Amino acid sequence: MAEADITLSGLTKQFGDMVAVDDLDLEIPKGGFFAMLGPSGCGKTTTLRMIGGFEEPTAGTVNLAGTDVTNVPAHKRDVNTVFQSYALFPHMTVAENVEFGLKRKKVPKAERKQRVAEALELVQLTELANRRPTQMSGGQQQRVALARALVNRPQALLLDEPLGALDLKLRKQLQLELSRIQADIGITFVHVTHDQEEAMTMADQIAVMNEGRIEQLGTASELYDTPKTAFVANFLGTSNLIDAKVLSRSGEMAEVEADGGARLRVPASVLPGSDTEVRIGVRPEKLDLEAIDDGSPSANGDNVILGHITDAAFVGVSTQYVVHTEGGDELQVFVQNSADHPPNLGPGRRVAATWDPTTTFAVNREESDGA
Amino acid sequence: MSEAVAPAPGKGSRGRGGPSLRRRRALIPLLFVLPGLAWLILFYAIPIVSQVWVSTQTGNPDDGFVQTWNFSVYPDAVSEYLPQIGRSFLYAGTATLACLIISFPLAYFIAFKAGRWRNLMLLLIILPFFTSLIVRVVAWQTLLTDDGLVVNTLQAIGILGPDGRLLATTFAVIAGITYNFLPFMALPLYASLERMDRTLLEAASDLYASKITAFRKVTLPLAAPGIFAGTLLTFIPAIGDYINAQLLGTPNQFMVGNVIQSQYLTVRDYPTAAALSFVVMIVVLILIAIALRFVSTRQLSEAAAA
Ligand SMILES: Nc1ncnc2c1ncn2[C@@H]1O[C@H](COP(=O)(O)OP(=O)(O)O)[C@@H](O)[C@H]1O
Ligand SMILES: [Mg+2]
Repeated sequence: MAEADITLSGLTKQFGDMVAVDDLDLEIPKGGFFAMLGPSGCGKTTTLRMIGGFEEPTAGTVNLAGTDVTNVPAHKRDVNTVFQSYALFPHMTVAENVEFGLKRKKVPKAERKQRVAEALELVQLTELANRRPTQMSGGQQQRVALARALVNRPQALLLDEPLGALDLKLRKQLQLELSRIQADIGITFVHVTHDQEEAMTMADQIAVMNEGRIEQLGTASELYDTPKTAFVANFLGTSNLIDAKVLSRSGEMAEVEADGGARLRVPASVLPGSDTEVRIGVRPEKLDLEAIDDGSPSANGDNVILGHITDAAFVGVSTQYVVHTEGGDELQVFVQNSADHPPNLGPGRRVAATWDPTTTFAVNREESDGA
Repeated sequence: MSEAVAPAPGKGSRGRGGPSLRRRRALIPLLFVLPGLAWLILFYAIPIVSQVWVSTQTGNPDDGFVQTWNFSVYPDAVSEYLPQIGRSFLYAGTATLACLIISFPLAYFIAFKAGRWRNLMLLLIILPFFTSLIVRVVAWQTLLTDDGLVVNTLQAIGILGPDGRLLATTFAVIAGITYNFLPFMALPLYASLERMDRTLLEAASDLYASKITAFRKVTLPLAAPGIFAGTLLTFIPAIGDYINAQLLGTPNQFMVGNVIQSQYLTVRDYPTAAALSFVVMIVVLILIAIALRFVSTRQLSEAAAA
C-alpha cells in the first residue's frame, strides 16, 4: 500500500446516545480513488464530515498527510468537499463560484483566472462560466461543484454521494468522468456511496461500512471473491452461506462438513482463526447444477451438495434457481443459458449443486446477515 | 386545445369559427388584470390626481377653493417647511438604520439558532402590535418620562446629567419610530435568512473562508432582498409618521407629517398640505429608483431563487 494520506484512529462520533461512527480505524492511501461503501445511515457522511472538519469527533484523531488536524477548523484544512446538494453559491456565477477558494487563499488575480479556466476546462464547462448555478441542470451543477473543489488542488477531495441526485444514465457517464479526472490529476479521492456497483467500478480500494464501523477493506475483487463477513458477502452481490464444522485443516485445502452431512473443501487461507464452527460461502454464479435422476453425481474434485429445485426463473442470459438442500439450506444458483445448459430443469428435480472448491470463502459465524 | 378540424355545415357564415374564439382568448388576460387595475385607479391614480388638483387651488376654508393652477404653492411650501421635510428624512433614515442594526442579529438568531422557540419568538416580535399605535407611543411617554425609571437610572450611572431628560428630545422621537417599525424590518430579514441553505456556510468554510468572511460573502448577499424589502417597508411609512414626533417630541422635532396633519385638520390649508404630500412622495420615489439601481431587481430575484 502506498503511503497513507488520511489516517483515522479510534474515530468516534456520538449524537446523544446514538453512536454514528464507532471507534473507526482507517488508512486511506495517497493518490488513489478510495470508496466508502455502506447502507444509508451507517455513518459515511459523518465520517466524511469529520475528515472535512464540519463535525467534531467525540473521540479519536484525524490525520492529514502526517499532521494531526483533529482540532483544526474546516477552513484551515487542506481538503475540499463536493457536497451531496452541491451547495453552490446562488448569488455568484459559475466562474465566481470556482474562484471563491482561490480568493480566500489570496492567489494573485492572473493565476486565479488561469486556474479557474483550467478547472472549468477539466469539467467541460468553459462556455457556461458566466451562468448562474440556478440556471443549470443537475449534472452541470455537479461539475461546477467538482471544479470549485479541485481548483484549490487540495491534499484530498471528499465526495459525499456526488452522483446520488442524478438519473442513471448521467450517473454512469459521470462515474467514468470522475475516474478519468482522478487519474489525470492524481489527487486522493474519498468517494462515499451506498451503490456497490458505483464503488466497484470506480474505486481502487473500498472500505465497506456498517453501523459505524469498517467491515472490510480491499479491492473490488477481493471484497467480492473473499468477503470476510456475512454483511460484506450480502451487501456486494448475492451469497450462499452455509454453516459447517471444520474436520481437518492440513494443507492448502481444509475439509468441512455442512449441516446436511456434505463434505466440502475450502481454501485453508480463508478460514478465520482456529474456530471449528464456521460459515462458508459461495457466489450463485459459481455454482453449477446437475440433474441426478438416479445414481450419484460425478464428483471430479468439485464440492457437491444435494438437494431439489424449488424455483426456477428464466431471466434471459441466465436461469436463476433456488435449491433446497438436504441440510435444509436454500441455495441461489445462477446458471448461464448456453448450448450445454439448456434451461430445462424445473421445480421438483433432484439436483447436485457443484462448484470449484477454490471459489469458496468463509465469513465470521457470529455475524448476523446483513442487507 | 382542440381546434375545429372541419367547420360544421350550416355554420359557414361564421367563417372558420376561429377568430371570435381567438379574440375571446386574447381578452382573458385582460379580465384577470381588471380587478387589480380597478384597485390601482380607485385608490392610487384618483387620489394622486385629486391631490395635485387640490394643491394648485387657491381660496380659504370658509369661501371655498377654486382651481387657479397656482403652482407657486410648491416652492412656497417646500421653502417654508424645509426643516420639517429634512427632519423627516433624517429621522426616518436614522430609525431605519437602527432597525436594521437591531433586527439583523435578532432575525439571524431566530432563523438559525432558536430551534423550537422560533415561532414563539416571531410571535413576540409582533405581539406589541396587537395594541394600537397611540397606546404604544403613550407607553413610551411613560417609560421616558422625566422622573421615570429609565431617566433616573441613566442619571444615577451618569449617562444623563442631573437635568438631563429623554422625553421631548430627538432621541425619544427616533427611538419611538425605531420601536414602532421594527417588525417591518425584522420579518423580511428573517424570511430571507430562514430560506438560506445552511450548507452554503459549510461550503464557504470548506473553501477556506473564516466565519466572518463566510458571513460577508455568503450570508449578507443572500440577505440582501430582505434588507432591501425591510428598508423600504420601514423607511417609507416612517417618513410620513407624525405620532412619535407629536407625543415624544416638541415642535422642534416636528416632521413633515405633523405639518401636513395640521395643515389639513387645523389650518385647513388644503393646497399646501396636498403639495407637501406630493413632494414627499416624489422624493421617496426618486430615492427608491436610486436604490434600485444599486440593487437591481435581477439580482434580487436571483438571490431570492436560492
Ligand atoms: N446531526 C445529527 N444529529 C443526530 N443524529 C445524526 C446527525 N447526523 C447523523 N446522525 C445519525 O447518525 C447516523 C449516521 O448518519 P450518516 O453519517 O449521515 O449516515 P450515512 O451518510 O451513511 O447515510 C444516522 O443514524 C443518523 O441518523
Ligand atoms: Mg450520507
